[in-house]
Amino acid sequence: MKRFIVKRLGFAVISLFLLSLTIFVFVRVTGDPAVLLVEPGASAADLAAIREQFGLDRPLWVQYGSFLAHLARGDLGQSFYYKTDVLELYLSRLPSSLLLAAVAMTFSLVIGIPTGVIAAVRVNGWWDSAGKVFALLGLSLPSFWVGLLMILFFSVYLGWLPSSGSGTVWHVLMPAFALGWYFAAAHMRLTRSSMLEVLGSEYVKLARLKGLPEALVIAKHALKNALIPVLTLAGINLVLMINVAVVVETVFAWPGIGRLLYEGIAFRDFPVVQAIVLLGGAMIVAVNLVVDVLYAVIDPRIRYER
Amino acid sequence: MKLLELRHLSTHYVSARGARVTRAVDDVSLTVGEGETLGIVGESGSGKTTLALSLLRLLPPAARIVSGEIWFEGEDLLTKSHREMRRVRGKRIAMILQDPLASLNPLFTVGDQVAEPLRVHEGASRGSAWARARELLRAVRIAAPETRVREYPHQLSGGMRQRIVGAIAISCGPRLLIADEPTTSLDLTIQAQYLQLLRDLQRDRGLSMIFITHNLGIVARMCDHVAVMYAGRLVEAGPVARIFSSAAHPYTQALLESIPRMADGRKRLTAIDGQPPDPVALPPGCAFHPRCPKVLDRCRKEAPPEVRVAASHTSRCWLAS
Repeated sequence: MKRFIVKRLGFAVISLFLLSLTIFVFVRVTGDPAVLLVEPGASAADLAAIREQFGLDRPLWVQYGSFLAHLARGDLGQSFYYKTDVLELYLSRLPSSLLLAAVAMTFSLVIGIPTGVIAAVRVNGWWDSAGKVFALLGLSLPSFWVGLLMILFFSVYLGWLPSSGSGTVWHVLMPAFALGWYFAAAHMRLTRSSMLEVLGSEYVKLARLKGLPEALVIAKHALKNALIPVLTLAGINLVLMINVAVVVETVFAWPGIGRLLYEGIAFRDFPVVQAIVLLGGAMIVAVNLVVDVLYAVIDPRIRYER
Repeated sequence: MKLLELRHLSTHYVSARGARVTRAVDDVSLTVGEGETLGIVGESGSGKTTLALSLLRLLPPAARIVSGEIWFEGEDLLTKSHREMRRVRGKRIAMILQDPLASLNPLFTVGDQVAEPLRVHEGASRGSAWARARELLRAVRIAAPETRVREYPHQLSGGMRQRIVGAIAISCGPRLLIADEPTTSLDLTIQAQYLQLLRDLQRDRGLSMIFITHNLGIVARMCDHVAVMYAGRLVEAGPVARIFSSAAHPYTQALLESIPRMADGRKRLTAIDGQPPDPVALPPGCAFHPRCPKVLDRCRKEAPPEVRVAASHTSRCWLAS
């Protein structure tokens, strides 16, 4: 088990190094941040001064080396726009994103797994068809459009929920649903197909031959096996939710890192964009690691593999 | 009285819109007495497994038992509710599936899976069910049952897993054990050991058995009676010695001739000409007539009835009548 984890950690470090190089180059392709930081009509000397202040006048490889050197000491740099430490900025926004992702994940699992199980047990029945429609809509409706419709319906017409911002339980419901629907659909489809496969297996046949009640056959023998791929997907999706909520957070003015990234790109705030992408990448790598380990805990076949 | 008696049982598969009907089991009658072993022999697709699953009423969704009666210990199983039927499965009739590698759940320990029927059918506590599970592993001759109960299926060999499936089958002391090609996935030496084990269990516990196989050697070794199936019908049935010495149906005769014999090395093996029929479009008359070496004109038009050839020996062939 120890060797297994160490090996995965090695791969993680390599992935993150490649990611840092990629984002460093790509963010610089978006343009010159100095232009956005000066008064309109500023002189070329002012621009040069700003570039010098942020070290943007140095050759790219020197900038990258300095970026890596700071990174190694845990320093993600200063925001060009906010003039504060990027990590501090990131950490101040992270709790909002975590809350949003946690609620959206809860929605997606509480809706996705039971409906997926029902759809598989009643395959081709009414429930299965209803589930298919729900999943099709969830996977194909863009989240900003769902968000806007919900604002129109629940905030403008009914006046039940606040249209934007954060602070109370009521604020999180709409953005969490707008973000979670897509994932609920994905979790439902995977639960359904995974359950169908498992329900056709020999060990489920044997469980029925033993005379077990159908509820026990489904809940114990089938569901536990069927949840293995769903759990993997959910783990990766949780990290995706934290990092891809850019559109939903912008629509609902939710103060998370998605909106911070959106602002960072708009202002060409290189350190902010680099930090968010790198931390997001680190999270995805870490969750993959955790899922692999959890897998090994649940599934004894992996646990004993050497 | 017989332990099990099937009367004119028919099970059909119906396609999605009811357009095609496959007569997987067609008008089958047979009996199994206390402590007896019945071998059911036939090619793949002849309806052997469907027949077994019909007994337990665990058919795939597309299959329906359309007519007949299944009398077991004086009760017609087809009149039982789902809940009553559940108490028959695993408790009074047990079944061993073909593939030991796939029929144990990979996520639960051996002990959990062997103890499970005891907990469900007898309400045994976890501790006493696990103690019984260890005894059962010992009964199927698994060494060190104390450690094996805590292991997972992937940690055991194929032969051991098959024994564990056997332990699960006998856990609640069933009266009838159905074994569906229980040794096809095992290598030969393990096969022999496993068959011996099943025989010993049968003798010790007074079990009746139904042995589904396409291996006539196993039938000769294990069974008292044999029933030969072809295209969903029982074409011949009788005591093993009688069938092996004087089979009345050309299909049974052909099966017997296709067994390799060590004694006469010069004679070539005979195979049965042609292919098994398409179950959706069976030939008219006797389903075997296109492949039958002794075919008569009548066989092409009329299906032969079941004829008594001798005491407890029946055949569906015009030649026998």
